Amino acid sequence: MAANELLRISTLSVSFGGLKAISNVDMTVYEGELVGLIGPNGAGKTTLFNALTGLCRPTSGEIVFSGKNLSKKSAHYISRQGITRTFQNIRLFKSLSALDNLRIACHQNMSYTFLGGILKTKNASRQEEEAEKQAWAMLEIMGLSQYAHERSVNLSYGNQRKLEIARALVTKPRLLLLDEPAAGMNPAETQELLHLIRSLRSDFGVTIILIEHDMNLVMNLCERIFVLDYGVLIAEGSVEEIRSNEQVIQAYLGADV
Amino acid sequence: MTKRNIVVTALLAGFYLLVQLLAAKRVLLPYDLQILGLICINIMLAVSLNLINGFTGQFSIGHAGFFGIGAYASAYLTVVHDVPFLIALCAGAVFAAVIGIVIGLPALRLQGDYLAIATLGFGEIIRVVILNIPQVGGARGFSGISRATSFGHTYLFMILTVLIIKNFISSYHGRACIAVREDELASETLGINTTFYKVSAFTLGAFFAGLAGGLFSHYMGYINPAANQIGFLKSIDILIMVVLGGLGSITGSIGAAIFLTLIPELLRGLAEYRMIVYPIILILIMLFRPAGLLGGKELSWDALSRFYQRFAGKRQKQRVTGDGSE
Repeated sequence: MAANELLRISTLSVSFGGLKAISNVDMTVYEGELVGLIGPNGAGKTTLFNALTGLCRPTSGEIVFSGKNLSKKSAHYISRQGITRTFQNIRLFKSLSALDNLRIACHQNMSYTFLGGILKTKNASRQEEEAEKQAWAMLEIMGLSQYAHERSVNLSYGNQRKLEIARALVTKPRLLLLDEPAAGMNPAETQELLHLIRSLRSDFGVTIILIEHDMNLVMNLCERIFVLDYGVLIAEGSVEEIRSNEQVIQAYLGADV
Repeated sequence: MTKRNIVVTALLAGFYLLVQLLAAKRVLLPYDLQILGLICINIMLAVSLNLINGFTGQFSIGHAGFFGIGAYASAYLTVVHDVPFLIALCAGAVFAAVIGIVIGLPALRLQGDYLAIATLGFGEIIRVVILNIPQVGGARGFSGISRATSFGHTYLFMILTVLIIKNFISSYHGRACIAVREDELASETLGINTTFYKVSAFTLGAFFAGLAGGLFSHYMGYINPAANQIGFLKSIDILIMVVLGGLGSITGSIGAAIFLTLIPELLRGLAEYRMIVYPIILILIMLFRPAGLLGGKELSWDALSRFYQRFAGKRQKQRVTGDGSE
């Protein structure tokens, strides 16, 4: 599995004023991996995602994604390089339909100009049709077709999470960051999510990093796990290694796991 | 061209011919014609502001500033430099768009209330600058502008404005603007350059406001830098049209622009109370229809027929249940 290096983070730090949210984190993720990122609340997991997607600027250190240095780049540029994400608190375009949420996400796949759009050229209409087809196909894959014209805010919680993942996938990412995808789901939904994430990797060939508090999900799904505590990477390794790591048990898992 | 486009074109052309016919028969007096022209100009203003406020979600209340730039710049060109009217009109609009970029780049870094205050400030700066340029009449106003705008001009440019903004909104560029309104952060992570689209929408809106301004100054033959012409009060007038019609509804803006241009004319005697009536309307709308009368929806034949079907369906159902109880 561990073939090509996709993402390398070296000595990455993010500070907010005097608070060091992340300090000197080193991480390497390989193409096709499914990686977990765990740690207690406030450990800096989401901040790490924010730094990776350009939503906050790293104070120091480097992020190299498939050979390109992304450390000081803007979020939309990073997205175009193939990193996209979902959010812990779902951030759908609430008042728009599920279909429109996905059509907006087709943005990167389209290229006609302002003038082309205003004159409705052949090229523009063809691209629009293509985008609509893509959006429908993605709804189909996620099993959300029947909600296509429903305002996204009216979808059930689990479906909103799915729609957000679908929206991220439409951008054709190479690296997908999932921020607590199972939060607020019941065990049955979580189980369904587990299968979904697995099939995402095989069907879309996307590398996934996952933040999650549901240890069952993480341990079942991920091949490698990184553990953050107070902004410091305290452990990395296979599920077994993490389970038996003394420091991780103290900081996060608790003695009984 | 689809069947629907032919019908719409025929209706629009038919209306124009009807107006011309009625004007020739002196049924419509020049005064009525002037009001029709003002309606067209106000539609242009309302729809272009809706692009910024309603679709892109950037609350701007300095729109009259761009209207003023277009009005003065084009008039300056025709009066002082004898530039042909249509060229001056376009030049005025382009100039307004350029100022739109210059103002938009710093101002659009702000959000919500702060953006509103900044655009208000910029709008006033534009007005005060114009007020202090003696070449365009200063505080006396700019007179002696040729009345080159006909009702036909305003009508044609109004249709063009609505068409261009409508097509822009339904393109992926327009959807990116709507995405910015809905959630800026999420848009960025989907690869949308939010700054670019905010400034684009602002610039496009400024362009059409400038166009409307050029039409206006050549329609009236005179313009002055008063607050209700190119300043704060005018901005509020436009804003009310947008809010009344519905943020993010083009047809709503058109309807509100027609209504709010006609009302003061119909209630001539109450003209002084306009600024009392307007806030009351606004308060009532905020209470009962916070998203505006149409609230982001568009009035179209499809929507009307769907509404009719639902209405008819309900009646049928009632009759069925009525039969059942007998």
